[in-house]
Amino acid sequence: MPGRGKGHGRGKGQGHGRNCKCCTLREVSSGKKVKIRCHHAKGAVRQRLLDLGFVPQTDIEVIRRAPLGDPIECRVANYKVALRKSEACLIEVEQY
Amino acid sequence: MSSSNEARKDNLLVGLAGQQNAGKSTTFNMLTGANQHIANYPGVTVDKKTGFYRYKDVRVETVDLPGTYSLTSFSLEERVARDFLLTEQPDVIVNVLDSSSLKRSLYFTLQVLEMDFPIAVALNMMDVAKRNGTHVDVEKLSHRLGVDVIPTVGRRGKGKNELRDAIIATANRKEHNVLRVTYEELEPEVAALEEELGKTKMQGKYPLRWMAVKLIEGDSEAQRIVREELGENSAAQTKANEIRDKFEEDHYMDVADFMLGCRDRLATDIVESCVTEEKEGRDTITDMIDNIVLNRFAAPFFLVATVFVIYQLAIVQGYELTNYWWPYLAKVRSFIADLLPAAGLLEDPYVRSMGLWMVDSANGLLNYIPIFVILFSLIAILEDSGYMARIAFILDKLFHSFGLHGQSTLPYILGGVFAGGCAVPGVMATKGIPDERSRMATILTVPYMNCLAKIPFYTLLINVFFVEYKSWAMLFLSTFTIFAALLISKLLTSTVLKTMETAPFVMELPKYHPPTLFGVGQRAVERTWQYIKKVGSIVVAVSVCVFTLLQFPGLPAEKMAEFEGRMDQALVTFQTKIKKSSYAGQFGDVQSVVNLLNLYHDYKNDKMSIRGKEASLALNDKYKAEYPGMYMFLKPGADKDAKVVNRALRKLSSSRKSLRREMKEVRISNSFLGMVGRSLEPVTQWAGFNWKINVAIMSSFAARESSVATIGVLYQQGADENKSLEERVGSESGEGGFTPLHALAVMIFFALYPPCLATTIMIKVQTGSYKWMTFSILFPTALGFLAASVVYTGGSAANLSGIQMMGIFYGFTVLLTIALGLFNSWRKDPEPLPDFSGRVTE
Repeated sequence: MPGRGKGHGRGKGQGHGRNCKCCTLREVSSGKKVKIRCHHAKGAVRQRLLDLGFVPQTDIEVIRRAPLGDPIECRVANYKVALRKSEACLIEVEQY
Repeated sequence: MSSSNEARKDNLLVGLAGQQNAGKSTTFNMLTGANQHIANYPGVTVDKKTGFYRYKDVRVETVDLPGTYSLTSFSLEERVARDFLLTEQPDVIVNVLDSSSLKRSLYFTLQVLEMDFPIAVALNMMDVAKRNGTHVDVEKLSHRLGVDVIPTVGRRGKGKNELRDAIIATANRKEHNVLRVTYEELEPEVAALEEELGKTKMQGKYPLRWMAVKLIEGDSEAQRIVREELGENSAAQTKANEIRDKFEEDHYMDVADFMLGCRDRLATDIVESCVTEEKEGRDTITDMIDNIVLNRFAAPFFLVATVFVIYQLAIVQGYELTNYWWPYLAKVRSFIADLLPAAGLLEDPYVRSMGLWMVDSANGLLNYIPIFVILFSLIAILEDSGYMARIAFILDKLFHSFGLHGQSTLPYILGGVFAGGCAVPGVMATKGIPDERSRMATILTVPYMNCLAKIPFYTLLINVFFVEYKSWAMLFLSTFTIFAALLISKLLTSTVLKTMETAPFVMELPKYHPPTLFGVGQRAVERTWQYIKKVGSIVVAVSVCVFTLLQFPGLPAEKMAEFEGRMDQALVTFQTKIKKSSYAGQFGDVQSVVNLLNLYHDYKNDKMSIRGKEASLALNDKYKAEYPGMYMFLKPGADKDAKVVNRALRKLSSSRKSLRREMKEVRISNSFLGMVGRSLEPVTQWAGFNWKINVAIMSSFAARESSVATIGVLYQQGADENKSLEERVGSESGEGGFTPLHALAVMIFFALYPPCLATTIMIKVQTGSYKWMTFSILFPTALGFLAASVVYTGGSAANLSGIQMMGIFYGFTVLLTIALGLFNSWRKDPEPLPDFSGRVTE
């Protein structure tokens, strides 16, 4: 079926675990700055993340976690976005 | 669009597009002023706001499109916005950009430019950007984009006429030399596909370059359009697939990612050339506030404090205000009572009794207006300031474990989490929840919140049956409903709502900014108006039905004769008493006595509705002037004979009152609704409901307020001795065996029982389906009855008292909720990578 969802071939060859400094956004501790490597999200989630500025090669900062531990608040450019852990673990990041 | 194609267009269609929070609505208000019309887009539940204005002899129709971040096909709002652009082909699109986060706004602009529409850019929030030290070079931006860019401050109306000028100029411009995204090495393929599409019948109907880009990206909505236009397996579609596959083969990367990268590079380049940041890296005010209110330990405190302040100001102080507000409503009532045909001796003309019934039902609801104005203003302040998004952030985890969403907070607060609200605006406010499944769960559980109208009924029952445990019972009722709503939401989302579309929680936390008086006032008035409309239409209409069902078929003849006999006797007593007074001659016939009685009744009613000595004196003067021949019987003063009449009159009036009450009770128990209530007794006895309770429950479907009124009529005995309703219900129940356990069952049923008619209609509007509306009536009724039966039958079998059973039931609910919540977060922790594809594939 040619009409497959977006992100079908995403991340081909982009080494998972090739670089030991790679992890998902979920594991980044509060106050740390990271750079987005790629998304593992598809479809609506991917689009939504891109719309809000989670574009590969962008720098983001994890500000804090909500009092109950989830969602996570991040700074993208000069605004703030909250996202759940379940979405954060779809974003592969590179720590400085 | 316009027929005079060569000359200037004098009739324009303008679409207002942009992201959420970019100030689209304020720009819309600024452009159109007060001439707005809000409706739903046909077939969907997204708001469509249209407005008109006339400027330099051009009539401009402006449509406010749903706020979207992009124009893909993933969300309903995006599809609606895109469909509008493609099918209506507006003359100009006004793209509202948030200048404080320009880059993100530009993603959207580039997409619209790609669709080849004439656009004018409103660069909004220039003031905020300036405060943050961001400077945007407007001229350069306009030059780079190739469109007019107008700096605006929507909230202050700055840039209004400049924007209107730009709209007209853009609409009449022949040459559009706008910016175009180039897709680097893919560019030849895009051009080739565009040419291919140009040969088909899609030429002239759709922006072809955009179509080519979307097809290569694999956008499902574009594929659908091509399928519809050119059929299955068209040459263009095949070609697009080939291009995509080849590119991905050669470059080892997703083609959509590549194209996004091209747009992102262009947006970055534009921002870098047009924007200068002055003070970089400094903590903004927003950061400082967030460091405090979102602090792990302080956050719950601020949250509770906020809710407490809302409760204090809206409910407690608002209730105080109703004391000043009520006399006005009472005045309206007596004004209408004057217009209606006069009361009869025992039976009033049908028009009069129905008219007053309608006024009373409406007044019961309108009485809450002060509370709602305060409540809705405070909530608008929370929303506009940006704190509401923080509440969603704090509570999302809790809500999420029960299938809800962080943004369910606002509907719940409006619905009256613990203090009383109204489900109608609550259900309306679910519109903002992006996750369809959570949105449905919220819509179906908001009605469990304690609406203001339930409170008087609870208060009545608690004052009769749980006097010693008043605060406990109140605590039980106000918190039980939250646990119940969470449990029900969990139940619904894992059963009937399981297959619904979900969306990720990716939400912007907007910068704090002080709310404007106009913005807050407008929202508060709008929501209060919804509430008033509910009273004006549905509640009054249904109250007529309930009235009819309570009136007919009326009293049996022999009963009526008996009442008439007793009334005649009272009349005779009156005549005998005043025989010796000099006024006896005036009251020879029945009609003159009835007139006097009615006047006395009105006078007393008017007295009740005013406060203060001066007002009372003024009232006396008014009656003196209007009824010079009768006034001495109302207030006899030194006139001895008049005193005799006055005494006899008071006696007569009270006998008439009690006779009327008795008649009413017989009539209700004889009525259609009474019959239904009685016939339900065999079933409802499991929950301990007698027919009177059944009638009250049925009549409260119109509006909860009626339940207390109906109970008031049904528990008549002792009303003459001025016993309060509490005492009456209490004493009568003693004989009838109505125990605290009964009361508990009724209260639990009432807490879970279906939303009132107005809410169910709002549910129909918001879900767009009668199926869910019916569900929202039947499911809670069944559930409420089940819970009430378990409590009553179980409690009676185990020989437990009402308060014991309340404790057990409450404990069970709370434990179940906690257990479910913990279970969910424990189970969710080791997350596998979920396979999202816009739908839930599980």
